[in-house]
Amino acid sequence: MILDHPASSTAGAASSSRKGLSRRTLLQASAAAGGGLMLRLSLPLPGREAEATNAGSFAPNAFIRIGGEGQIVLTMPYVEMGQGTYTSIPMLIAEELEVDLSQVRLEHAPPDEKLYANPLLGVQATGNSNAIRAAWQPLRQAGAAARTMLIAAAAKQWNVDPASCRAQRGEVRHEPTGRSARYGDLAADAARLPVPANVALKRPQDFKLIGTPAKRLDTPMKVNGTAVYGIDVRPPGVKIATLAQSPVFGGRVKSVDDAAAKTVKGVRQIVRLDDAVAVVADHMGAAKKGLAALKIEWDDGPHAKLSTRDIAVELEQATLKPGAVAQNIGDTANAMAQAATRVEATYQVPFLAHATMEPMNCTVHVRKDGCEIWVGTQAVARVQAAAAKTAGLPLDKVTVHNHLIGGGFGRRLEADGAIRAVQIAQQVDGPVKVVWTREEDIQHDMYRPYWLDRLSAGLDAKGMPVAWNNRFAGSSVIARWLPPGFKNGLDPDSTEGAIDLVYALPNFHVEYVRVEPPGIPTAFWRSVGPSHNVFVTESFMDELAAAAKQDAVAYRRALLDKTPRAKAVLELAAEKAGWGQPLPERVGRGVALQFVFATYMAQVAEVEVSKDGTVRVRRVVCAVDCGTAVNPDTVRAQIQSGVIFGITAALHGEITLKDGRVEQTNFDTYQMLRMNEAPAIEVHIVQNTEPPGGMGEAGTSCIVPAVTNAIFAATGKRLRKLPVDGAQLK
Amino acid sequence: MPYDIKVNGAIRTVDVDGDTPLLWVLRDVLGMTGTKFGCGMALCGACTVHMDGNPIRSCITSVDSVASAAITTIEAIGDTPAGKRIQKAWLDREVVQCGYCQSGQIMSASALLAGNPHPSDADIDDAMSGNICRCGTYVRIREAIKQAAQSS
Repeated sequence: MILDHPASSTAGAASSSRKGLSRRTLLQASAAAGGGLMLRLSLPLPGREAEATNAGSFAPNAFIRIGGEGQIVLTMPYVEMGQGTYTSIPMLIAEELEVDLSQVRLEHAPPDEKLYANPLLGVQATGNSNAIRAAWQPLRQAGAAARTMLIAAAAKQWNVDPASCRAQRGEVRHEPTGRSARYGDLAADAARLPVPANVALKRPQDFKLIGTPAKRLDTPMKVNGTAVYGIDVRPPGVKIATLAQSPVFGGRVKSVDDAAAKTVKGVRQIVRLDDAVAVVADHMGAAKKGLAALKIEWDDGPHAKLSTRDIAVELEQATLKPGAVAQNIGDTANAMAQAATRVEATYQVPFLAHATMEPMNCTVHVRKDGCEIWVGTQAVARVQAAAAKTAGLPLDKVTVHNHLIGGGFGRRLEADGAIRAVQIAQQVDGPVKVVWTREEDIQHDMYRPYWLDRLSAGLDAKGMPVAWNNRFAGSSVIARWLPPGFKNGLDPDSTEGAIDLVYALPNFHVEYVRVEPPGIPTAFWRSVGPSHNVFVTESFMDELAAAAKQDAVAYRRALLDKTPRAKAVLELAAEKAGWGQPLPERVGRGVALQFVFATYMAQVAEVEVSKDGTVRVRRVVCAVDCGTAVNPDTVRAQIQSGVIFGITAALHGEITLKDGRVEQTNFDTYQMLRMNEAPAIEVHIVQNTEPPGGMGEAGTSCIVPAVTNAIFAATGKRLRKLPVDGAQLK
Repeated sequence: MPYDIKVNGAIRTVDVDGDTPLLWVLRDVLGMTGTKFGCGMALCGACTVHMDGNPIRSCITSVDSVASAAITTIEAIGDTPAGKRIQKAWLDREVVQCGYCQSGQIMSASALLAGNPHPSDADIDDAMSGNICRCGTYVRIREAIKQAAQSS
């Protein structure tokens, strides 16, 4: 068991690790990674001195605690949702602390924005593929500071020069005299020393862990059923609830007939809210049976007639008017006027649900003087704040226990599930676990926005692009989720992948029009802004190559002289994929290239299109330059994962509204890619020692245009609207 | 009325309606949370357990239909030769990401291997395509099943 579930609350903040941080200084981080959000760069790091703590333990910062008994506990500021962060973050600390991964225990961080805020986001959250980017400097420094202090403590004990001592596998050794001491035995002394302001970090050539395919620390418990996800918690006396929320967003409960539901064996209580009804029972079987027996009349409210088409029309009209200028280079109007050829296109991508395998759930015990919550969340402090507001309690009366996450993909950056659970728990005596059915999970998600993009380009006589215009419209998730991030009509997420392209484009103009759709909430979804921007940009670049009658790889390559890392991944992917080699009829290769989440990536998809229009992705070759690959096996796994996620969206993903209701309900109408449809996936990693880029999402945005470009190569049909419509490919 | 069911070798008595899905008996009544809820309609395979060695979807299997059959769950699959090999291959190949679907994947793969020691790619597709993995670990699941088959 490597994962502890400590009681974790702001109320309990008088723990040993917290005391030592009271006088911490805020250092300016120098780890500025390209791409993504960088709203604040100050981060909490070692205070001037550590304090002696109970039982002689040593906690020089909020991430490391070494007990007198020798236990080494690392507190994880980023959450594990499959992306491997509970291995790669410990690798950063352990590398500098000089301990083996087998020697550490992990704890989920409690909600505490001061100690555990993501320096690239300014809030305590795991998202936007930036955990490793955010942690790269500070958590190595945290490990190095602790190691320096442990060595100093040993040197003092032995009355020798610290420079003559070295740390290794959780011990300090003094080779000349053969002495050694375990970290646990040095903890009490180390805790009395000042935390060094500056520590030297290892050189890349001295890394023992970083860059190795370390085994994941969370795997053993996930193959034998002992891992505890939020949905698995069972506080004593817990009841199980499930719910029906207004089928139209913004609707209300008009009436409830619960007579039949109350007669179901195991049903304990019916909870009525303004816009939802919950059935509380001894087990989920009874709760679901009770829910089915309810007769609920709804007042559908103002969105009763809303359809997806209405939203698309509004977006289309919005792109006819000027938006906020996200990037302007040169003079596109003049360049367009002189262009030899003009190309125009409009692209659309649909709403998408997250469909995490672990359905939405949250367990809450509301007491008179406080509220206790068990949940798996990407944003534990956000959950705490939302729960406190809902329950009318001060923040320090809300305890949140975070858990492993059975799929996040952005869904669990939101607190709506916790708010709902608190509302129900306020009417229940004792703890209640609110579990959404899959149907509720899909029909009351917060969705990847629908976006519509209008592009035009001008080509010179040789077919090369001399002007590029893009105006797109859609929801800004940042404007709701992190309002300070939305400024002057723009936010860094909505535009990532649409601007700062790797290509040399002398006249370039991109505008964004924020349009919030009525009657459907939007949220971050794996690969966020780039999930549509890379599809649009790389599809349109493919269109330009086709208009110029040039090879898709050669055309891109000609625009990459100033971005050698981009050119290198493009060439590597093309070479490994056998680009240019003959293929059978109705089989095609498509390429896509991107620089998003501070990672360069190129993918080549090989796609077969049957005569009946069925698309099968046969093979995907990916070349990636993510700087230092902290755990190369995790990099491969995340690309394999992201590719499957992206193909799922490209081929199957679409949420539609009819009469204000989400039409999809479960995995029969909202389909996932399965084993029999999964392609072979090859990953080639470029080796270098640049700072690490994000890996959790890049694979998803890149594969989508690679697939549609391959469909074009196989059939000559250019698909500008997702998901792929097989009827157009017959 | 109370039902006696045999789970991982032990007789357990549960007092629920007969149409209660086995999934909820395992998770909420018996507290065996290794078996997961994904869809409730046998569409995703997260809830897969073995009934007399055959993989079934516990979310649509009523407790009164279990009768005297032996139920095996993820908590005990490592005690079977095929299950033990599958779990080892899952660790060796680093299959797991979020891990939520993996109980079901391992139960389906263990049943496949127990009945077919050397499955082909087509056999793997047939046995495993009922199990959704949203993290997309399919490439590694296929490799792990092949590794487990080689070690048998």
